Amino acid sequence: MSIAPTKPDESTGPQLPAAPALGRRSPLRWALLGVGLLLALALPWFIYPPVALDIAAWALFAIALDILLGYTGLLSFGHAAFWGGSAYVTGLVALNAGVPFPLAVLAGALFAMLIAVPIGYLSVRRSGIYFAMVTLAFAQMLYFVANQWRSVTGGENGLQSIPRSFFGAELVETESFYFYYVALPIVLAGMWVAWRIVHSPFGRVLVAIRDNPARVRALGYDVEKYKVMAFVMSAGLAGVAGGIFAVSHGFASLQELYWTTSGKVVLITVLGGIGTLWGGVVGAALVVLLEDWLASSGFEGLGIVTGTVFVVVVLAFRKGIWGTLRAVAGGRFSRRS
Amino acid sequence: MNAILQYTAQGLAAGSFYALAALGLAIIFGALGVVNFAHGAMYMLGAVTAAVLLDAFGLGFWPALIVVPVLMFVFGVMLERLLVHHLMRLDPLYNFLLTFGLTLLFVDLVKRRYGVSGLPYQRPEILSGQLELGGVRLPVYQLFVFVFSVVVCLVVWLLLTRTRVGMIVRASTERPELTQALGVNVGRWVTPVFGFGIALAGLAGVLAAPFRAITADMGSNFVIILFAVVVIGGLGSILGAVVAGFLVGLVEAFGQAYAPAFAQIVIFILMALVILTRPSGLFGREEAAR
Repeated sequence: MSIAPTKPDESTGPQLPAAPALGRRSPLRWALLGVGLLLALALPWFIYPPVALDIAAWALFAIALDILLGYTGLLSFGHAAFWGGSAYVTGLVALNAGVPFPLAVLAGALFAMLIAVPIGYLSVRRSGIYFAMVTLAFAQMLYFVANQWRSVTGGENGLQSIPRSFFGAELVETESFYFYYVALPIVLAGMWVAWRIVHSPFGRVLVAIRDNPARVRALGYDVEKYKVMAFVMSAGLAGVAGGIFAVSHGFASLQELYWTTSGKVVLITVLGGIGTLWGGVVGAALVVLLEDWLASSGFEGLGIVTGTVFVVVVLAFRKGIWGTLRAVAGGRFSRRS
Repeated sequence: MNAILQYTAQGLAAGSFYALAALGLAIIFGALGVVNFAHGAMYMLGAVTAAVLLDAFGLGFWPALIVVPVLMFVFGVMLERLLVHHLMRLDPLYNFLLTFGLTLLFVDLVKRRYGVSGLPYQRPEILSGQLELGGVRLPVYQLFVFVFSVVVCLVVWLLLTRTRVGMIVRASTERPELTQALGVNVGRWVTPVFGFGIALAGLAGVLAAPFRAITADMGSNFVIILFAVVVIGGLGSILGAVVAGFLVGLVEAFGQAYAPAFAQIVIFILMALVILTRPSGLFGREEAAR
């Protein structure tokens, strides 16, 4: 039933595929990138633009999580703290400062990185399952803070009518179709940063930590410091995604901070394929479209579907979609890349 | 003085639910290395089952205290055999994710079937009302929950330390290879132990049924607090789970009384302090803290 892992290792992290070969000059990679960009540009012509932007935001969120899960071997189950924390700060800045929305998103992302420092510092003291539980608990703490601090966060109501200020460009500020094309470059820039992080010497150290922390420590690297840095970077990108999401919808709610949001991004990452940045994109598209379709068909009990998908993926499909595709294609193309 | 006693009783009652469920979580973790995310959902299912049994068959609170844990044990055994078992040889994170998926599934199934408003549950006559203790009036039910859960925790403790089966389970937990080498079939005990842990969560649910609102979401926050409890107590430690369970219940009750806005936040601050000063938890062993 289950797919045998490509490379069983005894490391503490989940059984992940080996780090992908760089192959930057591989024509296949360029072709994929081109197709992906075209799809991203064409998306709002085919589906409701806010849903298209949801896909982009969740994809960036999943990619941010994958820097930790796929490349550092740490499962954060508390990333809602950064997505939601940034959503609130982005909303507050946009509501009160009247700045163009990219600046508000930047403020949100910086806030996410700021709170990621203490959370990361405390959480990396543990690894494996403990790390997941501790990050989950800290994220829930933030949820309670937002729930109680009504004067700032609006409590149960959340922040509403967050404006999309953009240098007075009225079409962007009112039409979600045009807003999509202004927000998309920010999301793509975030994805590019993630790609740069993963393929940098720093990213190589992260992969080494994932595969054999003891050896990396023996080589003189400060493993904990690297983990915290990866955690903060991942939080910042998750913050960009959460900020875009908040501006796109015009509100920030407690839902963004709740643990089901942390779970959803883990589902997207695992479904798409751990350790494959493209997997986040594929997973986000599938999950967002599925949820949208279920919601529009009036089906109540989303968790019944997503929960079942989760169980099936974990039991029988651990490589995820992109991981499986790559394994299949790898047999054919590996010589060329 | 009066108020302090009342908050203490309240905290110990709330702590009883945490202690029983955390005990189940700790036992499962010990024997399987699995952190069961669905533990909150199992607590919820225990309460819902008690309410449904009362409604459909008129099965009262006292028989439910036996019947529901037995049903939950069977349910746990099925879950272990059908699902959890298949991921045992992989990284424990996969079972964490599996049980997370199950949580979404069970919560929304219950929500779909019974709605979001609470199910009614009548408290037994003898446990309602108040008890006067040295001039302080305390709800009988809170005292009952506390005493009952302490007795259950003690019984489990005796089972684990004084019986042959308990010793085998503990030996299989702590030194699986050595125990196997001594001729014990270690794998045989994994399934019943999982069922037993689930039964404890279900029992906590039955106890909570007359006391809390029975809704599909009642386990959703509960399970996160439960994680904080086992991190504070030390994930590998059974004693730690129980002590930290009562401790967190007390912190919550006093927090609600004196700083309602911070009641739940205080628990996580406590957790952060424990991680800073004793990463393996108050009662945890170093090897479990890896």
